[in-house]
Amino acid sequence: MAIKRIDGRKADEMRPITAKVGVIPRADGSAMFQIGRTQAIAAVYGPRDLHPKFLQNPEKAVLRCSYTMMPFSGHGDRVRPGGNRRSKEISMLIEKALLPVLSLEEFPNSVVDVFIDLPQTDAGTRCAGICAASMALADAGLLMKDLVSAISMGFLDNEMLVDIDSNEDCDLGATDVPLAYVPGIDKISLLQLDGGVSKETFFKLLEIGKQKCLEIDKIQRKALKDKFKE
Amino acid sequence: MNITSKLHLLKSLQKNIRYDGRKKEQFRDIDVEFGVSHCAEGSARVRIGKTDVIAGVKMAVETPYPDSPDKGNLMVNAELLPASNPEFEPGPPGEKAIEISRVIDRGIRESKAIDFEKLCIKSGEKVWSVMIDICTINDEGDLLDVSALAAMAAIIDTKFPELVDDVVNYDKKTDKKLPLARLPVTVTVYKIGDNLFVDPVPDEEKAYDSRLSVALTEDDEISAMQKGGDEPLSLDEISKMVDLVQKLAPELRKKLKR
Repeated sequence: MAIKRIDGRKADEMRPITAKVGVIPRADGSAMFQIGRTQAIAAVYGPRDLHPKFLQNPEKAVLRCSYTMMPFSGHGDRVRPGGNRRSKEISMLIEKALLPVLSLEEFPNSVVDVFIDLPQTDAGTRCAGICAASMALADAGLLMKDLVSAISMGFLDNEMLVDIDSNEDCDLGATDVPLAYVPGIDKISLLQLDGGVSKETFFKLLEIGKQKCLEIDKIQRKALKDKFKE
Repeated sequence: MNITSKLHLLKSLQKNIRYDGRKKEQFRDIDVEFGVSHCAEGSARVRIGKTDVIAGVKMAVETPYPDSPDKGNLMVNAELLPASNPEFEPGPPGEKAIEISRVIDRGIRESKAIDFEKLCIKSGEKVWSVMIDICTINDEGDLLDVSALAAMAAIIDTKFPELVDDVVNYDKKTDKKLPLARLPVTVTVYKIGDNLFVDPVPDEEKAYDSRLSVALTEDDEISAMQKGGDEPLSLDEISKMVDLVQKLAPELRKKLKR
């Protein structure tokens, strides 16, 4: 049963996590979230004016997320700056993952910008990005109903794996199920699947993923409190 | 910047007092961290005061340019990330990013910081390309100097990836380092009124009349220069600015020692 993971982890073990809030002084809110060798830095600007005007929503602020890998942060070749289809899709998904916890009605016609940059990656980047962004939004002082946590679950050789790395995801071809979880309302705000699993296994993966997200939630909350301790 | 603020700034500079308590010829604290991204062949994070920049080097095998068949290629690119400054917008590099990357490119290329001939694999066919990307994390002034230092630190940190039948295996780094010949560092001297100073914070950066960036090697050879700002400079002023760069460059170069 016990699968050998390249870094010696147990199947249900996450990589070491570091979280820090307030890493970009110029931003209204910011945070760093590192899981294993995947590092995401998030900055929040806003609510601020939104131009051009036709993008504005008179009922609430617009959330605009942008996910960017630094050109040297990929495995293999340099990643050309300027975004691609993958980064566009991920940016959009991150937006949807964060929206349920925000109260944007207070700020009509404005925008909340979230920039997520990755200096180094080892799979699980969208999840790390969501964790960092969620903390950065709270750091910006925006009214939030909850935090969002995210983890990438995997399925390989009949075994469920927590927090798969790029060896498992890309080299060994594990089924990849990234998910974001909002604990307060017990709902999933990001869900993708890439591979092949039975419905039964899939729901088991979700259950484990939820539990892991609750662990991450604690780390995020502690990081937020730590900023204001000093 | 409005005229009152500028006058106030000018007054304090004349007393040799900066807004953050420094003297005119004084840098903020400099911190260089090597190896911050395992994905890059070399990387570094440099903080000067609150300004925070990450530079990374990717290596690739490419065809050489026709006019330099025996030399490796160099590319420097600066990404002024919108996360690092509320005034930066997403999109293709603007004037500022292009100026920063080109001045740093010249400082490295013209000083022959890297021995490009040693990057030749097969003359006219295959050479190593050194691609340096600079990403700003937090911009609290003096981005060019901080970026130039980060670029040099990333170069120092760089190790060749494994090469199997002329194909790069990025999963395996060798122990072989980039062939370094010289260590250029760049210092930008700013001028407001008669005051020369370095390492500006954003308020000072908004108010300067002119600036001069100078890339200097350890034997005090000038390898790149760029004059900026709206006001012209006299020869005497330029001479004083270069003197100041010569005085301060060793302090920055010292930080590149591991």
